[in-house]
Amino acid sequence: MLLRYLFVVLIIIPIEAFALIEVDITRGNLSPLPVAVSPLAIDKDSKENFEKLLKKKNLGSEISVIVENNLRQSGLFNPLNKDAFLQKPDIANLKPRFEDWNLIKAQALITGKVTFVDKKLRVEFRLWDVLAGKEMMALAFTTVPSNWRRVGHIITDKVYERLTGEKGYFDTRIIYVSEEGPKTNRVKKLAIMDQDGVNNKFLTLGNELVLTPRFSPTNQMVTYLSYFKNLPRVYLLDIETGMQEVVGDFPGMTFAPRFSPDGKKIIMSFAKDGNSDIYTMDLESRIVERITNHPSIDTSPSFSPDGRYIAFNSDRSKYQQIYVMDKNGKNVKRISFGNGLYGTPVWSPRGDLIAFTKLHKGKFYIGVMRTDGTGERLLTENFYQEAPSWSPNGRVLIFYRETKTNSKGEGFSAKLWSIDLTGYNERMVETETDASDPSWSSLLSN
Amino acid sequence: MNLSKFLKNGFLILVASLVLTACATQKKTGQMQGDVYTGKETVEYLASGVPDRVFFATNETVLTTASRETLRKQAAWLRKNSKINVVLEGHADERGTREYNLALGERRANSAKDYLMTYGVSADRISVLSYGKERPVDSGSNSLSWSKNRRSVTVKAN
Repeated sequence: MLLRYLFVVLIIIPIEAFALIEVDITRGNLSPLPVAVSPLAIDKDSKENFEKLLKKKNLGSEISVIVENNLRQSGLFNPLNKDAFLQKPDIANLKPRFEDWNLIKAQALITGKVTFVDKKLRVEFRLWDVLAGKEMMALAFTTVPSNWRRVGHIITDKVYERLTGEKGYFDTRIIYVSEEGPKTNRVKKLAIMDQDGVNNKFLTLGNELVLTPRFSPTNQMVTYLSYFKNLPRVYLLDIETGMQEVVGDFPGMTFAPRFSPDGKKIIMSFAKDGNSDIYTMDLESRIVERITNHPSIDTSPSFSPDGRYIAFNSDRSKYQQIYVMDKNGKNVKRISFGNGLYGTPVWSPRGDLIAFTKLHKGKFYIGVMRTDGTGERLLTENFYQEAPSWSPNGRVLIFYRETKTNSKGEGFSAKLWSIDLTGYNERMVETETDASDPSWSSLLSN
Repeated sequence: MNLSKFLKNGFLILVASLVLTACATQKKTGQMQGDVYTGKETVEYLASGVPDRVFFATNETVLTTASRETLRKQAAWLRKNSKINVVLEGHADERGTREYNLALGERRANSAKDYLMTYGVSADRISVLSYGKERPVDSGSNSLSWSKNRRSVTVKAN
């Protein structure tokens, strides 16, 4: 259901304009780029059809609001107030009067048009460089109308990529654990939502404890830990069909699962007789390989994006630290040497960094280091936070944060937060319930 | 007032203040030794005089003297009640990453299991289940609450 509708992206006017504007994403959000997102133009017939179909009064403006919110959330753009716009959407999309847009200090302008064609939603949009008075990009695509929110996300991805030179991360989803009830007996469910918090769906009922869901690279499958029948095991869930199966049915607890970058294997911990080691299982052949064999706790494995290395968490030096080894378990090297304890290593999709959780003097930090352990940078400090997950372009980390309870045990909450790799633009991600263990999908369309 | 009476009163006051100090100390540290919980508040009993749980220091899985005593009582009781099987539920406090805590809980429960086995309880009567930090008994965010949550609990399975 979720992924069946592939987008047909048709480039109608591929113009290789020289960009005068560009966004420097290495410096954080010190001066976000002022951008005007004009409501997408819509003719009367299309408007009525979409209203009947989707219960949205003006689909053109609804889509532009999605683009606007995405751009604002990124921290790199400052979408301007629509009240100040002088030009009508349809005229602006044909030929913007750049002086008008310049007047309100817009440096980039997004215009477009939506039409109802053969029961489909056809969208075209253009990105304009206001100062240079030039079109930078024009694209059109057609999809089923129910995909209208994704249209907004895809437009944002294209604009983001054109202006920053890097792929976007807006047409993506987050899978996470929804939490409810008292701290001593939390009810946890798997839940999935769009990256902007919309279209939330619960995937399990809450009858058994579930933890640490992670997407496969194709976004179709999820691996997670379930306490079904009080046997903590690694499971595989197909989010399109809802089919679940146990994959880590070993004589003991299996946990901390993740996919290999090609999606063919699951890497996980297997705990037996007080010792946790790391194993992989090939999903097709079901062949199990033991990767570590050490009396210490070895857990939280994460593959490098090229599949050649594995970062993991071990207490073989007495306390939790981060280690890297070859994919076959050879050449184990400790890489975390700062003060404190380190956990949850996650390899960046770009391959150059490892994100982690650090505990030092009663505070928890989310940070990044290079894959050899140098260049440690702590991005955020709090009472409790952990479990970073990368946006598919490696620019943003999502994690969860818990608040302290008072002496009566009140005031507990768990929420998702995101932060830019630069340490700027920290913000809470709204969820219907309390939330933890987020995992970011890759781009749904490309 | 003669001297002896003065001394006597003074002595009484001194004794009273010592008692007060003792009370204060009792309140502050009486439920923990180091950071291992030694109180009884959350403890339940498998049978009269047989506590159901043992507690651990932060990041530790070794059994304290008190824990070993509790487990010897459990072992004696299990030897007498040979039809009862048990699940050892291992737990961690909230001050650690989820996955590491799952492993830590498993290791704590296994420390208890090993000790029960040493004292004659057969391995096939004991299963182990780690909850990591998922099932605290005390929801507080302070060191006393955390000490109650770092535990292995012996639960009857049948």
